[in-house]
Amino acid sequence: MHDADKAFYGNGLPYLKVGPLKGSLIVIEGTDGVGRSTQIEQLTRWLEVQGYGVVNTGWTRSPLLAETINEAKAGHELNVTTFSLLYAADFADRLENQIVPALRAGFIVVADRYMYTAFARNAVMGANPEWTRKLFGFAVVPDLVIYLKIDVKHLVPRVLESKGMDYWESGMHLKLGSDIFDSFRRYQTRILREYDRMADEFEFVIVDAQQPVDGIQQQLRSTIGRYLAGERLARRPNPPRPRRMRTSATKRRTRR
Amino acid sequence: MTGLTTAHPYPGQLIIVEGIDGSGKSTQIALLHRWLLAQGKKVFFTEWNSSALVRRSLRRGKKKDLLTPTTFSVLHAVDFADRLTFKIIPPLKAGMTVLADRYVYTAFGRDVARGVDNEWVRALYSFAPKPDLAIYFRVPIEVSLQRILSGRTKLKYHEAGMDLGLSREPAESFRLFQSRVLVIYDDLVREFGLDVIDATADISQQQQQVRQLAARVLGLNGKAPHARRR
Repeated sequence: MHDADKAFYGNGLPYLKVGPLKGSLIVIEGTDGVGRSTQIEQLTRWLEVQGYGVVNTGWTRSPLLAETINEAKAGHELNVTTFSLLYAADFADRLENQIVPALRAGFIVVADRYMYTAFARNAVMGANPEWTRKLFGFAVVPDLVIYLKIDVKHLVPRVLESKGMDYWESGMHLKLGSDIFDSFRRYQTRILREYDRMADEFEFVIVDAQQPVDGIQQQLRSTIGRYLAGERLARRPNPPRPRRMRTSATKRRTRR
Repeated sequence: MTGLTTAHPYPGQLIIVEGIDGSGKSTQIALLHRWLLAQGKKVFFTEWNSSALVRRSLRRGKKKDLLTPTTFSVLHAVDFADRLTFKIIPPLKAGMTVLADRYVYTAFGRDVARGVDNEWVRALYSFAPKPDLAIYFRVPIEVSLQRILSGRTKLKYHEAGMDLGLSREPAESFRLFQSRVLVIYDDLVREFGLDVIDATADISQQQQQVRQLAARVLGLNGKAPHARRR
C-alpha cells in the first residue's frame, strides 16, 4: 500500500521481528463523546466498499484486559499509575495481537484512540509526562492521526443527547467538585487543552467536530482518501529517538 | 527520573529479597518475619504478583498463553503499583517494617530475559522507592532446579520460560531461561548494590546473615539469636 517502513515511538519491541508492515495505521483521536465510534463505523463501511481490508481496534478493547479494566473502574480503586499501566497493557496486547499482524497482512487499521488518549488523561491526572511517554515507547507511530476537535460548549449537549455523563469521563475521580456537570466541564476543558497542545507536536490532522455528523464524515473521507492516494498530508510525527523496525532493504519502498 | 537510586522519605523500612525460583528466598524471608515479630517489630509482608487487580487477566493470559513479553511485563507492573499504593507505602508511612518477597529487580531480570528493552522496564518502574535493604540469594541453576523438582515435581510454564520456545522440555527450558536471568541478576547486584547471600549454604547459616543485615538497617542492637559472635 504505502511504505512499509514504520517507526516505533520509543524503545519498541526488541524481541519481536516485526518485518515490513505494508498496511496503514490510521488513528481517530478525540475526547469522550465527540462521536468517534459513529464516524469510524461509517468510515469502515466506506473503505470496505472501495475494496480495502479494514481492521478496527479501540481503547480498552483487548480480550486480555477489557474485563479487568471495567471491574477496576467499577471499584474506583485506581490511581494514576495503575490506571496508566492498565491502559498500557491493553494497548500492548492489541498492538502485538491485532495491530501489528493486521498491518503486516496489508490491512488498514483504524484505531479508535491511541496513546495520545493516555498522554492527555495522564497529564490531567498529574502523572509525570516523561514517564507516560516512556511507557508507551513500544507503540508503532501511526501513518495518520486525525483529531476530532470540539469545544466544551458543543461537547456538553452531544454527550447529554447520547449516553449521558459518566463518572470517569466527567473526571469525578479527580475530585474537582461534587457536581457532575461542573466536573465534566472542568475535566474536559483540561483534556481538550492537552489535545490541542499535542496537535502540533504529533502533527494531528484536525477535523472540526462541531459540524453535523455528515460534514465530519465527508472531511474524514477526503482526508483519508488523499492519504491513500499517496499524498503526503501530514509528515510522520518525529519521535525523539525513533528506532526503525527490522525491514529488509530490498522490500523497503521509498516515499516521495 | 528513578526513585530507585535515592533513599525514600518514609519513616518505615523496606526490606526485600530477590533470587530465582528455588533459591530459598521465601523460606529466608519467612524466618526473618518470625524473628522481627519476636523482636516486637510491626511488620507487613507482601509478595510479588499477589494483587487482586490483575489476577484475572494474568491467570487468563497465562492459561491461554496470550501474554507477550510486553503485556507480561506491564501486567506485573500494575500488580506492583497497586500493592505499592495500598500495601507498601501506608505501612512505611506509619513507620512499620515492610518485607517484600521479590521487588522490581525481578522484573528487571525476568522481563529483560524475555526480551523487553532494558531502559524501558527501568522507566516503567521508576515510581518504585529504593529498599533500605535488598538481599539477593545467589544459587547455581542445578541447585534451584533440584529444589523445585523435589518439592513440587512440575515446573510452572512461565517460570521455566516455556513461552519463549527455548526448549520443549520444561527442565531444559528452565535451565536456559533462568540462566539468562542469573546473568542479569549479577549485573543488577552491581547496578543497584544488592547484598548477596550464597543460597547454597545451610538455611540457618543464611538466616544469621539475613538477620545481621536486617538488624543493621532496623537499628536493632541485639544480634540475632544463635548468631555467632566474633
